Amino acid sequence: MIGYIVRRTLAVVPVMAIVAVFVFLLLRLTPGDPAAILAGDAATPAQLEKIRASLGLNEPLPLQFVTWVGHLLQGDLGISFISNTPVTEMIGQRIWPTLNIAALTILLSVAIAVPIGVVAAWRHRSWVDYAVMSFSVLGFSVPVFVIGYVLIQFFSIHLRWLPVQGYTAPGEDFGRFLARATLPCLTLAAIYVALIARMTRASLLEVLGEDYIRTARAKGVKERFVLFRHGLRNAAVPILTVIGSGFALLIGGVVVTETVFNIPGLGRLTVDAILARDYPVIQGIILLMSALYVLVNLVIDLSYSLVDPRIRY
Amino acid sequence: MNRAPQPASGMQTVLGMLSLPKRWRLGAIPTIAALLLGLIVLATVCAPLYIPHDPLAIDPLYRFKGSSAAFPMGTDNFGRDIFSRVMMGGRVSLFIGVGAALISVALGLAIGLVSGFFRTADAIIMRAMDSLMAIPSILLAIALVALNGPSLWSMIAAITISEVPRVVRLVRSVVLSAREEPYVEAAIALGSSMPKILIQHLLPNTLAPLIVQGTYICASAILVEAILSFLGAGVSTEIPTWGNIMAEGRLYFQIKPMLIFWPGMMLSACILAINLLGDAARDLLDPRLRKREA
Repeated sequence: MIGYIVRRTLAVVPVMAIVAVFVFLLLRLTPGDPAAILAGDAATPAQLEKIRASLGLNEPLPLQFVTWVGHLLQGDLGISFISNTPVTEMIGQRIWPTLNIAALTILLSVAIAVPIGVVAAWRHRSWVDYAVMSFSVLGFSVPVFVIGYVLIQFFSIHLRWLPVQGYTAPGEDFGRFLARATLPCLTLAAIYVALIARMTRASLLEVLGEDYIRTARAKGVKERFVLFRHGLRNAAVPILTVIGSGFALLIGGVVVTETVFNIPGLGRLTVDAILARDYPVIQGIILLMSALYVLVNLVIDLSYSLVDPRIRY
Repeated sequence: MNRAPQPASGMQTVLGMLSLPKRWRLGAIPTIAALLLGLIVLATVCAPLYIPHDPLAIDPLYRFKGSSAAFPMGTDNFGRDIFSRVMMGGRVSLFIGVGAALISVALGLAIGLVSGFFRTADAIIMRAMDSLMAIPSILLAIALVALNGPSLWSMIAAITISEVPRVVRLVRSVVLSAREEPYVEAAIALGSSMPKILIQHLLPNTLAPLIVQGTYICASAILVEAILSFLGAGVSTEIPTWGNIMAEGRLYFQIKPMLIFWPGMMLSACILAINLLGDAARDLLDPRLRKREA
């Protein structure tokens, strides 16, 4: 078991190494001189030379990569071209709204998706099932920002129940945080709920067809226990997997949602960096998000054996 | 989903006359989806023939007008006709969707076949693909478009790069199971050349899952285009697309929500139709696939 944990954790290293190579090449292999892209159209040759030297662009590519990774391992993601502050510091300032919203979204999504998925599987081919499946197809089809604007239009402008935009830190005023985070979380949750509910339904449907479910029912186990103890536990592994792989959707959704709701988080930082072509910031955020994604999936992989004792390594 | 009672539609009558096997007949939902998608494609492709106004024509006198006979969906902040813009915008969105789907499938198929068949290449290719999948696709696409400049082709390239790993995984898994089949073993024993085995024996196995995957990529590419344009990293605003019509509407959302709702509706309807057809294709072509990737 411990051997497996070590092996699985070490497997993260090559993946992250190749991610680093991709992120590194992203800037170096784009057509055109990176220094010229960075400096903009109005740059003088002297400025170009300065940027080239500061990026180490005159060095051979492998050497550049080693230097870059060296800095990376010391936690140095470079310095923003626009604000001239270290990228790590910028990320540090902006990460909390994003993490808070993301955590709340995951809790909300699982709390909504798993029960409706279970009911859909339990009442297979009933109107509940069709409603859940229709919602799920719809959740995949409507773009995040359209959902966001529909929610703002209805709850904030029409009903005036919730604030339109903005963000308050939970430490500052928890009530205001909840009021302002509700719509962004619902917006983000739509696609995540669709994904998890669909998987819960599919996985549980398969399990409910098994003999041991029939046995459990035959010996008079309460339906609640049949569904949750015998059914859901055996159906849990694919659901966990999809929560992990769906995390990528969440990351993409955060960028959009923060723009719609004007939340000063990492997503906003990403969009600002793109519009300003601030490459060190873009690189830093991509690396961080990829690492987060890999980490979440690592934790989920390792948790399989907790959920399902049959899985041993 | 498609077990609802099936009214005899025109489509079904036609299919019935062609006497297709029963499993090929469409249920009610896929039929509606097919008709809806057909309508959207026809309407956008033929848009230049019927749109009432030049989608780029600016008229300050007609800013923020409501729906009327002259402007079926009203006008935007520059007095441009939203209806004409939405119809023309669909052309670009659909082109990106179809283009990205075709290129991703072709590239993924080639890489996946090689990866599935040659053990040595497999280890390297799959590590690279795993890593590429670890980079959140929207961020990757954003970065690529930001670096290459916002053009139609860099958009397609960006979407393709983030979709290819998924296609490779799919093709590889199909090839890995197919290569253990006796007929492949027999072909190897008979001394067939590698390209022949790949193309004649392994390629056909991948077709059904690829068609399904292709429809999903098409839907997701249209979504990604909209998201990138919405964030300001999309195709130039001189070319209307569903995404950048909504991006421009963002600033005026509180005055005129229809600037976002019309293109949003078209976009959602289009993606919904493609997804429903994808689900139907999956059920038709490969019932096992449903379990594999649900």
